[in-house]
Amino acid sequence: MADVAIATTLSQETAEPARRGRPRLLAKLRRPLAALTLLLPAMTLMTLLLIGPVVAVLAMSLTDYQLGAPSWSFVGFDNYLELYGDRVFWTSLLNTLVYVAIVVPASMALGLGIALLIESGTSLRAFYRSIFFIPVMATLIAMAISWEYMLHPQFGLINLTLKSLGLPAQAWLTNPELALPTIAAIGVWQLFGFNMVLFLAGLVSIPPHLYEAAVMDGARSAWSRFWLVTWPMLGPVTMFVAIISAIRSFQVFDTVHVLTKGGPSKATEVLLYSMYSEGFEFFRSGHAAAIAVVFLAFVLLLTILKVRVIEKKVHYA
Amino acid sequence: MAMFELTGVRKSFERTEVLKGVDLDIADGEFISLVGPSGCGKSTLLRIIAGLEDQTDGSVRIGGDVVDGIRPADRNLAMVFQSYALYPHLTVFNNIAVPLRMRRLSALQRLPLVRWLVPGTRSAECGIHADVEKVAELLGMRDLLHRKPAQLSGGQRQRVAVGRAIVREPRGFLLDEPLSNLDAKLRVHMRTEIAQLHRRLAATFIYVTHDQAEAMTMSDRIAVMMDGNIIQIGSPDDVYDDPQDLRVAEFIGSPKINILEGATVGEDRALVLAGHRIPISVSEQAGRSISVGIRPEAMRLASSEGALVSGRLAHKENLGAEVLLHVDVDGQSAPVIVRLDHGGARSIRIGEMIDLTFAMEDLRLFDKAGRRVGAKAAQKELAYG
Amino acid sequence: MSTARGISLWGLLRHVLLLIAAAIVLLPFVWMIVTSLKPQSEIFLSEIRWWPERLHAVENYTKAFDRAPLMRFLLNGAIVTVTIFMLQVLIALPAAYALAKLRFWGREAVFALVLFCILIPPQATAIPVFLLFHHLGILDTYAALIVPFTISAFGIFLMRQFFMTVPDDLVDAARMDGISEIGIVWRVMLPTALPALTAFGIFSIVAHWNDYFWPLIAVNSKELFTPPVGVATFRNEEAGTDYGPLMAAATIIIAPLIIAFLLAQRRFIEGITFTGMK
Repeated sequence: MADVAIATTLSQETAEPARRGRPRLLAKLRRPLAALTLLLPAMTLMTLLLIGPVVAVLAMSLTDYQLGAPSWSFVGFDNYLELYGDRVFWTSLLNTLVYVAIVVPASMALGLGIALLIESGTSLRAFYRSIFFIPVMATLIAMAISWEYMLHPQFGLINLTLKSLGLPAQAWLTNPELALPTIAAIGVWQLFGFNMVLFLAGLVSIPPHLYEAAVMDGARSAWSRFWLVTWPMLGPVTMFVAIISAIRSFQVFDTVHVLTKGGPSKATEVLLYSMYSEGFEFFRSGHAAAIAVVFLAFVLLLTILKVRVIEKKVHYA
Repeated sequence: MAMFELTGVRKSFERTEVLKGVDLDIADGEFISLVGPSGCGKSTLLRIIAGLEDQTDGSVRIGGDVVDGIRPADRNLAMVFQSYALYPHLTVFNNIAVPLRMRRLSALQRLPLVRWLVPGTRSAECGIHADVEKVAELLGMRDLLHRKPAQLSGGQRQRVAVGRAIVREPRGFLLDEPLSNLDAKLRVHMRTEIAQLHRRLAATFIYVTHDQAEAMTMSDRIAVMMDGNIIQIGSPDDVYDDPQDLRVAEFIGSPKINILEGATVGEDRALVLAGHRIPISVSEQAGRSISVGIRPEAMRLASSEGALVSGRLAHKENLGAEVLLHVDVDGQSAPVIVRLDHGGARSIRIGEMIDLTFAMEDLRLFDKAGRRVGAKAAQKELAYG
Repeated sequence: MSTARGISLWGLLRHVLLLIAAAIVLLPFVWMIVTSLKPQSEIFLSEIRWWPERLHAVENYTKAFDRAPLMRFLLNGAIVTVTIFMLQVLIALPAAYALAKLRFWGREAVFALVLFCILIPPQATAIPVFLLFHHLGILDTYAALIVPFTISAFGIFLMRQFFMTVPDDLVDAARMDGISEIGIVWRVMLPTALPALTAFGIFSIVAHWNDYFWPLIAVNSKELFTPPVGVATFRNEEAGTDYGPLMAAATIIIAPLIIAFLLAQRRFIEGITFTGMK
């Protein structure tokens, strides 16, 4: 039989005394070598495309590098000092923070509200869940174009509706006071379904007997049960959703680029948009790198916060 | 010549030494059990034999060849794992066929679709098919071949794992706690099945278990492991009747052996046990404390004048065929267990005093370090016991 | 009795509230599709018209296809997202297996590095990667669209977490059966990891189909535009005047994902939320 044949060739091979010493060494190296081969492609690409570029962006922010310029030099913290003195940068940072400050609470409140509404009954749960999730995965650029038409000052659905209700029409995207909240509203529309799903998962994991205990303890209204059981039990999820929403909304770019280009008069200028126009329209790479570092710092801070939250809840083995 | 020869096998993980120099010879066709409490190193030893783990020191020979550094697959051994380790995405048939395919087909012949274009695939597959069928027949699971592991019961999965091991006729079978995931009734049944399988295949079985009953019922020899060493090796009877170490005595046998605290006294180094002078002479200096082991079935009820040990009946366990008495003896930390046949001690009630006796030759004596100590019956007085 | 009535009343109210909310949320989609069916004359109206009097669907959709290579955009989207996902799997799975199941010196350090890489937002590295590609001369190619995303630190992490739950015995059994380490990755780990891989695949494909930032930077030629860049360019060229064909184009661009979503809602929601939590 074939097996016997293999067994005999094996014995002949291993019986050779010359091979005695080597296999031990080979065996010692076999596992690490296997690990190395398996990890090599990932490690190479990680170095080349993630770690390297992060180091590079830090280094570039200390230079006056410009794409196409014949030479560049080391300028220390000049780019950062320039940012510090740049009114547009501060506007951009402030706008980003305002955007986050609108989108995070609003999308969380809406997400939680809808989740509670869905959970409060049993019928059509999956149907509603899917409906509210559609904006999360629909291509935002395409939807921004639809929003733009809906927000059209003269022929847009929103202003027409306002008019029919006897309310004044608004220049949603061209009024400096309204542009950023409008962009934020689109952000809320896009994000809250994601938060809703996370809250739904959190609600499902609350043991039902806690509600029964609350009823036995005299919490008669749904309102008091919410504050007695739901809200405290959702605490970690809420924290988690807040940070994820903040990270996501910090990266606002698509809607700004398509709908307002940072205008009117810098009213919707946000960090990523500044970085984009500095880096890829004016090719002031050093300057853009400094903005990228600021952006990176904020996102890293939020992510570290999130990791803290996760570690409290989940233990990765 | 031994089929497996282990010499001075050591294994350290980080700083802890799991195996402390194990020597073991296993004969061709033998069924040997490595038994011991969890963490004693038995599984590590098995994995070193399999080649899944590299030993830190020492060497392993299989069929006379040094296999150190040889890949597990090239050692031509089969293994049955505790969790069965069936490929969840493959049917029973394909699970059993994997080791054959890996051996009989080239890499090209194992590629999806392309494989059928390579000459020889079809005939090799036919052979594999026949062999898998044969094994399925042997294990009585022909009608399960097209199921996935998730659709099988625990016992059936266990059988598939065995099938995957026996299908390629290896030089030896390694079994790592194969029964511990089964319920008690099935476990007893599978013990018989594995023992019969061993007889039919006449192959070498190395069986790792923490369950001494499994080791006792199936093995030709038992190697009892503690703290990274084999402390005793022998036939089940040897290990049971003649434990060389207190830990062996305590580990083998259920209910556990009774250990009473005694001491040697006087010039003739007689044994003093629970206030009674036992007429034997211990080969240990006088004044030493001695652990005295007596198996529960060696204990007998006695009349009060013949009593060697007395105590109060604390609890009675009726097991049907036999009854276990728990007797509290003054000066002993654990109750003494007495095992009587069905109907024994029916008249004794809980709380009553009980007198016990035993034969001198049923005593197993151990010194403070747990080593077995010899004893000679003092001739004159033996008749009295 | 009164409680039973109370519940059914609340049940009704719940549906009313949810349906109103759903209608508002879906409005941009509905309005987009309705507009894509309207002739120009009905688009620029000073009143709300929920359904066109004159159906102009064929004209709008033909115009959209004529003015912009929409099929090309969709094809590019498919090529880019599928290639990215396949390369991510090809590269991440072996690494995840090594991190989960092999013992080797430096494993903890490598894993820490992977965790750090998850934190890096892709936009932050856009400038150096752009310059790197500029020097390599691969800007404005498919490679420029694909290469930056071939490494997914999150994918490695996710699959490693999953592989940790695969029993070691299974890996050892495969070794006894003669399967090589790389063979174990594809023959044993991949089939057992299919649920996790599906979730990751949905996440990856949705994310890269919808990505706008990087394709905007990486490519210039219309033939290489992905759906979002394509539709945005189409809008810029139309300068927001010819809404009918523009809405038709937008509808076409979002259609593939929406249809896929409606076919496998549960999988999509799980895939995007559980992996999107990164």
